[in-house]
Amino acid sequence: MFKIVNKKELNSLVTLLEIEAPFVAKKAQAGQFIIFRIDEQGERVPLTIADYDREKGTVTIIFQKAGLSTRLLGEKEIGDSISDFVGPLGTPTDYEDFKKVAVIGGGVGCAIAYPQAKALHNMGVEVDVIAGFRNKDIVILEDEMKAASTNYYLMTDDGSYGEKGFVTDKLKSLIESGNQYDAVIAIGPIPMMKFVSLTTKPYGIKTIVSLNPIMIDGTGMCGGCRVTVGGKIKFACVDGPDFDGHAVDFDELMNRNSTYRQTEEEHAKTHQCRMDAMGKELIK
Amino acid sequence: MPNMSLEKIKMPEQAPNVRNANFKEVAMGYTKEMAMEEATRCLNCKHKPCVSGCPVNVRIPEFIAEVAKGDFMAAYKIITSTNALPAVCGRVCPQESQCESKCVRAAKGEAVAIGRLERFVADWYMENCEEKPEKPVSNGKKVAVVGSGPSGLACAGDLAKLGYEVTIFEAFHTAGGVLVYGIPEFRLPKAIVKKEIDTLSAMGVTVMTNMVIGKVLSVDELMNDMGFSAVFIGSGAGLPSFMGIPGEALVGVYSANEYLTRINLMKAYISDYDTPIKNSKAVAVVGGGNVAMDAARCAKRLGAEKVYIVYRRSEKEMPARLEEVHHAKEEGIEFHLLRNPVQILSDGNGKVAGIECQVMELGEPDASGRRSPVPVEGSNYVLDVDTVVMSIGTSPNPLIRSTTKGLETNRKGCLVVNEETNQTTREGIYAGGDAVTGAATVILAMGAGKKAAASIHEYLQQK
Ligand SMILES: Cc1cc2nc3c(=O)[nH]c(=O)nc-3n(C[C@H](O)[C@H](O)[C@H](O)COP(=O)(O)OP(=O)(O)OC[C@H]3O[C@@H](n4cnc5c(N)ncnc54)[C@H](O)[C@@H]3O)c2cc1C
Ligand SMILES: Cc1cc2nc3c(=O)[nH]c(=O)nc-3n(C[C@H](O)[C@H](O)[C@H](O)COP(=O)(O)OP(=O)(O)OC[C@H]3O[C@@H](n4cnc5c(N)ncnc54)[C@H](O)[C@@H]3O)c2cc1C
Ligand code: SF4
Ligand code: SF4
Ligand code: FES
Repeated sequence: MFKIVNKKELNSLVTLLEIEAPFVAKKAQAGQFIIFRIDEQGERVPLTIADYDREKGTVTIIFQKAGLSTRLLGEKEIGDSISDFVGPLGTPTDYEDFKKVAVIGGGVGCAIAYPQAKALHNMGVEVDVIAGFRNKDIVILEDEMKAASTNYYLMTDDGSYGEKGFVTDKLKSLIESGNQYDAVIAIGPIPMMKFVSLTTKPYGIKTIVSLNPIMIDGTGMCGGCRVTVGGKIKFACVDGPDFDGHAVDFDELMNRNSTYRQTEEEHAKTHQCRMDAMGKELIK
Repeated sequence: MPNMSLEKIKMPEQAPNVRNANFKEVAMGYTKEMAMEEATRCLNCKHKPCVSGCPVNVRIPEFIAEVAKGDFMAAYKIITSTNALPAVCGRVCPQESQCESKCVRAAKGEAVAIGRLERFVADWYMENCEEKPEKPVSNGKKVAVVGSGPSGLACAGDLAKLGYEVTIFEAFHTAGGVLVYGIPEFRLPKAIVKKEIDTLSAMGVTVMTNMVIGKVLSVDELMNDMGFSAVFIGSGAGLPSFMGIPGEALVGVYSANEYLTRINLMKAYISDYDTPIKNSKAVAVVGGGNVAMDAARCAKRLGAEKVYIVYRRSEKEMPARLEEVHHAKEEGIEFHLLRNPVQILSDGNGKVAGIECQVMELGEPDASGRRSPVPVEGSNYVLDVDTVVMSIGTSPNPLIRSTTKGLETNRKGCLVVNEETNQTTREGIYAGGDAVTGAATVILAMGAGKKAAASIHEYLQQK
């Protein structure tokens, strides 16, 4: 069992948990992820390692309550435990010898981009962070990202906070105004990663994206996480999750991630009903 | 006077159109009376041809003689002197190509039902004996076992009996390997596997799940930092292959590993479990092995109206157990033999809408003597399906070999071992099962685990 030692609600949908997992904490590196399972009935769900404390033996995860499993996880409190937490999985990000990097996070993708910015910043690399959100209410990790970057740019779609516009607008203007990036690291919704990759392509800037296909084992034994990169089949859980954004078939990934959309919606409904029923019991 | 009936005593089974809608065990096992009667068919041959057909040389006529007498305990002791997992092997061994293929009774009529008798004895023992295994006195030496499939379990069991402190490291959240994630409940109830693992725990074996060796800890760390004097690698052959034909990325295409893992390990067929699986109307399973039969029969049980097996050779070449092919047919699986998929068709929205197959003919025998299939021009046709399960083979996962220096592998990625000792190309590191042979059988994996345990014992005694 893996015990929750800290919990923070970052906004109404995004939660941070710090979990006791000494083996994972000992080995974790930026770019890697874990797979959790809440209990015997639970599914296996991947989440990025947002932070770790090797001495305390804890790992931090930040997740959006997107569906059943993340919602159930979000209902856990400090002191509760979950049954499985395996990692670190995936290949750590390869930073080569970058001098200056733009790290772009979209929405909850900032949680995944944060450890990257932090790792680079700690290595003495110049880091420009561009964080994008739909609106002010869902901004997360502002202070943390600021502390892990040389320049921090915050964009909202509706202009309710920071600058109005998309992360790609900002990236383009930074490149146009003479910033020479050795690499751009983009993490967020699939369309965002796709458009960042399209933006950097004409400039020939190396672009690293972190893919989030549906996974089960996370060790290369099911092939469910397969993505097409440069025309070849890759298993994101072992060959990635980082890939060259200019070679990824994003449309295919978007399609594959829709596999269980209907089932998940039905699940969401039945879970809601179960919760409603439980709630009604309590009120009675 | 032996019983000269030409046929085996039939094993009671759920009726095909009942069982193809549930996950309960298909074959229900012999009663005491059936077992004792079947046992009288054995001629107790002096030269014991059957024994040479069994990879672990179960003393077949001896145990069958005890069954005939009704001394099931004695029979159990005889079987388990060489076979650590009789309840499993009795159910899943391809007997028709192993022990039973050598039985003299098979020359005229059916072989003695060795597998069914073995299963009966093991089940009888589990039901009637509450004997808790003793925890052997520790000899203070620690051995690590990577992987909890049949090879790892057998190796751990033998070492524990010799007094070693054994820890099994398993990547998944549940121990058992293919026995829990691959082979379905209706062929091998998971309670049986759990019982085997509980027995190991009672003998003092520690099972650590969620431990992906090569990621969480390396083999070298096990030996250098954690005090394990030897390591056994039984990590199986879990890496799935795809055909490389157009359409394999469509929604609705699964590897058999993914399909079966969702169903068997994650229990997607039970509504209380959260893991989803596609609700399919028509499913094509590509392949002809046990894995393909299991996937097809699972698909049927999940409610698919049509389930097809698409296999590029003829029935004679199908590697699946005879009994499973027979069961699959009874359950309404349709076989498209000598057919090869050339592409998977899309519905225009990224989902599977069909599979295009080509008719094959058996050509001239190739170097291996097998007649290889050659396509018939202009014979293509489309099967209307919304799901395709690729079951065309697996190979060993590269994770361990790529994180352990000095472990040699062959062209297929299988670990190279000394055939006498099962030692890898590194001192103190042993391996066996599918990780060494490529996808094979439970009994071969179990045998390799036992052989490696003996070698590890020899090695550590000298050290
Ligand atoms: C390597 C990796 C790292 C990840 N890291 C994080 C992280 O740090 N924080 C975080 O919040 N999420 C992360 N994710 C995504 C997370 O695993 C999914 O959102 C997961 O589906 C949530 O499970 P659920 O049961 O709560 O939601 P579900 O019920 O599975 O899904 C909710 C909705 O999202 C859709 N969906 C399912 N799977 C995915 C997916 N992989 N990507 C996008 N949509 C999907 C469903 O169809 C449904 O509409 C990561 C994914 C991967 C592969
Ligand atoms: C669907 C299916 C049906 C089959 N039917 C039959 C049958 O009817 N009869 C028969 O005889 N054989 C059958 N087989 C084959 C048989 O199951 C295998 O040959 C046998 O299980 C191999 O045993 P093993 O111990 O080598 O490996 P496995 O059973 O594959 O176990 C390996 C274990 O190691 C774990 N592992 C892998 N990598 C790591 C790592 N890095 N760290 C920690 N753990 C790791 C895996 O999670 C797994 O639990 C079938 C196989 C499948 C897939
Ligand atoms: S272990 Fe398998 S091959 Fe050996 S006797 Fe038993 S059923 Fe036959
Ligand atoms: S070959 Fe057949 S009949 Fe002879 S001892 Fe073996 S099981 Fe009995
Ligand atoms: S999640 Fe199964 S192979 Fe990647």
